[in-house]
Amino acid sequence: MASQQQQSAIKGAKVLMVGAGGIGCELLKTLALSGFEDIHIIDMDTIEVSNLNRQFLFRRSHVGQSKAKVARDAVLRFRPHINISSYHANVKNPEFDVDFFKQFDVVLNGLDNLDARRHVNRLCLAADVPLVESGTTGFLGQVTVHIKGKTECYECQTKPAPKTYPVCTITSTPTKFVHCIVWAKDLLFAKLFGDKNQDNDLNVRSNNSASSSKETEDVFERSEDEDIEQYGRKIYDHVFGSNIEAALSNEETWKNRKRPRPIYSKDILPESRSQQNGSTQNCSVTDGDSTISVMPSLGLKNPQELWGLTQNSLVFIEALKLFFAKRKKEIGHLTFDKDDQLAVEFVTAAANIRAESFEIPLHSLFEAKGIAGNIVHAVATTNAIIAGLIVIEAIKVLKKDDDKYRMTYCLEHPSRKMLLMPIEPYEPNPACYVCSKTPLVLEINTRKSKLRDLVDRIVTAKLGMNLPLIMHGASLLYEVGDDLDDIMVANYNANLEKPLSELPSPIVNGSILTVEDLQQELSCKINVKHREEFDDEKEPEGMVLSGWTQVPATNGESASTSNNEKPADVTESSSGSETASKKRRLSEIEPSNHKKETENVESDDDDIMEVENPMIVSKKKIRVE
Amino acid sequence: MDGEELTEQETALYDRQIRVWGAGAQRRLSKCHVLVSGIKGTVAEFCKNIVLAGVGSVTLLDDRLVTEEAFNANFLILPDENAYAGKTVAEICCDSLKEFNPMVHVSIEKGDLSTLGVDFFEKFDVVVIGYSSRATKKAVNEKCRKLTKRVAFYTVDCRGSCGEIFVDLQNYKYTKKKLDETVECELTFPSFEEAVSVPWKPIPRRTAKLYFAKRVIELFEETEGRKPGECSLSDLPRVLKLKNELCEGNSVSENLIPDSLLERLVSGKTEFPPACAIIGGILGQEVIKVISGKGEPLKNFFYFDAEDGKGVIEDISH
Repeated sequence: MASQQQQSAIKGAKVLMVGAGGIGCELLKTLALSGFEDIHIIDMDTIEVSNLNRQFLFRRSHVGQSKAKVARDAVLRFRPHINISSYHANVKNPEFDVDFFKQFDVVLNGLDNLDARRHVNRLCLAADVPLVESGTTGFLGQVTVHIKGKTECYECQTKPAPKTYPVCTITSTPTKFVHCIVWAKDLLFAKLFGDKNQDNDLNVRSNNSASSSKETEDVFERSEDEDIEQYGRKIYDHVFGSNIEAALSNEETWKNRKRPRPIYSKDILPESRSQQNGSTQNCSVTDGDSTISVMPSLGLKNPQELWGLTQNSLVFIEALKLFFAKRKKEIGHLTFDKDDQLAVEFVTAAANIRAESFEIPLHSLFEAKGIAGNIVHAVATTNAIIAGLIVIEAIKVLKKDDDKYRMTYCLEHPSRKMLLMPIEPYEPNPACYVCSKTPLVLEINTRKSKLRDLVDRIVTAKLGMNLPLIMHGASLLYEVGDDLDDIMVANYNANLEKPLSELPSPIVNGSILTVEDLQQELSCKINVKHREEFDDEKEPEGMVLSGWTQVPATNGESASTSNNEKPADVTESSSGSETASKKRRLSEIEPSNHKKETENVESDDDDIMEVENPMIVSKKKIRVE
Repeated sequence: MDGEELTEQETALYDRQIRVWGAGAQRRLSKCHVLVSGIKGTVAEFCKNIVLAGVGSVTLLDDRLVTEEAFNANFLILPDENAYAGKTVAEICCDSLKEFNPMVHVSIEKGDLSTLGVDFFEKFDVVVIGYSSRATKKAVNEKCRKLTKRVAFYTVDCRGSCGEIFVDLQNYKYTKKKLDETVECELTFPSFEEAVSVPWKPIPRRTAKLYFAKRVIELFEETEGRKPGECSLSDLPRVLKLKNELCEGNSVSENLIPDSLLERLVSGKTEFPPACAIIGGILGQEVIKVISGKGEPLKNFFYFDAEDGKGVIEDISH
């Protein structure tokens, strides 16, 4: 394949890589070996120990350093005469504007989050630069090519948004372990150790009229000389005991549900530990706050081991004590970090006790950490394969081999004898609001919802805009930027707090908004429809955005569809009901039946969101024919 | 059941992959000994993959001296003449591989693969042969099959942007999850000799052309006394003639094997790095799967061709 024409196309190419992690390391290496001589690479992260099992350009001694820079240095060792420019920065920074992107012949993504992918997609469209996208999880992976006007853009098919759970499921009626994790992490941990000024739903819906919220606040406040052990037990009893009893008093809730049982510390841990052996000094303390841990002192060595209720309770109390004893200064400022050992221990224990209460199966620390930390499982081989496929597509792009572009799926189990399955890209989706400028429809209660809700939940979260601007007709309602003067900023802040119908230019049923991001050069129209009521469970955000593509999420359906099944379709095709606009070009594969293959899944926590890798093929795959 | 637990260091380093294949599999990996011979780009990729995965040991066998062409697609060899002058490919690759994972024991073995005795191979659980002649592959495979211990045997070859992997696991038992239960399965693999001398006529037409094309090239190199990979475009006429003879001998049409494919293979002296990454990756995955005993292994050939982008498994036996 190394024809003269190909070699010169490669040699003269200027390539941008976004991401220097799992895929990035493999990709940079393969690009360099293939003859590329001008490579730019952006990555905002620094190297961690858990990267070293696959990001082979890094060594233990590099932990803490910039991935982009170390990757560059490592590759220059075996290709000293090529040009690699590294940027230790966030690709969303304003310096990476359309003009920046325009200088490249092709952009290659090796990212791990949806947000950044969408941002790069828009910049590539604006700059009219081809984009090769990719993603891997475990043994699965895929590579796709996006050329403006010729193929789908990255957003032509909806990617699943991060999984959110209804508040009441988390606070009152959990049924899955992940619900307990979210409770332990975002409510309890946040309440005890996080910002006190943050709203917290921890005690919501307590039906007990006798407990006023003031009283509840007092429970979590620890007075200066209050014994830590006693405080710990008080918290334990409150959240696992009296809160549960309070919830039980609401008969309606439990009519069709299994009742939880209240758990009190005196029943599980009759003797106080500090009475047993003196003090918390026994807990292991090593250098650095994030390595403080209670497990060793409790004889718990194996993070994969399942702890019983007693052990979990011990960990809960001891971890809480250790936070107060050794990390007092951080209390009130902490957010959960999966690399914070003590936080992980605490959250695991808390989630498990709650799970016990609701008869949900318990999980090991290893498993809990994965769920709480949204950890993506990853191996080197898949990344290497995907990197190879990326370079092959990149070369086709440089040679402008239009007919040869492929989307390639790397499967764990062969489909029609294939482990690597290429299919032709699709044409652009005419209903895509990003590349085809189709307007969207927003159903919202214009009298109750504030502009802030619209900005946070729609413009930033759903539309993925970084520096948005919102206009209603000629009226500029909101914008973000460095060059705004104080009066404008004050004006916008005031607008944020107003219900839509009370804005200077009122937004009511039938209003059309224009939402733009100048950096992404993306402009959308939103048709607003007023609606009074929203279902708390099904529409927890109180608003519904629709109108782009109707197709079910294809890649990366991942787990969120455990019940309402839409087959995650590797070959994405003609299941008939799909919008007719999804015309595929000449297809190499004609999928006939879609028989779902029941996958060999390790974990049965089906709705663990792997939202950070929506590119990957779902574990429930289609056996083509 | 699997012996000691993983150390804290191992758990931290291997966290992300343990989440893929489990701690049990990781322990089994750490006890596994792999022999690798004939190191070019694809095999270098494979070595990188299994070292990162945390196998017990990797033994490298390649006495060729490092020359400039050696580091064409092989990122384990740095282009520093002072460093590589006078050293063998195995020696240089060994030094580089050690850096990827200090917990893996990487070493070299010297000698001619075809002359090593049966007991040599008994030290290993997995044998991977890269750059090598057909005769050598056959000899080694036979020795492996003589052992009472089951040694997993692989060959891998990449020319230009085409690659072939061959697998011989003899009689292999493994577990597979079917719906809610775990099922025990067994596969029987043909030997290398058997697999490459299957008569062509009964083989299904839709089988990857590369299988046949590779056999032609293999035979060509053997009859001409060439070193593996030592072909060029000027050999094409004789290769095509051989192809026709083989097709006739097998009572199949000459059209079975496109001439263009053979042309690409004879001119593909250097490996195409993306193909190395892909084939080395697939091979790495297979070996890890077999060591861990989980999941259905590839049986018994894998083909990749960057031209059509497909990665295909073919089951070829008598």
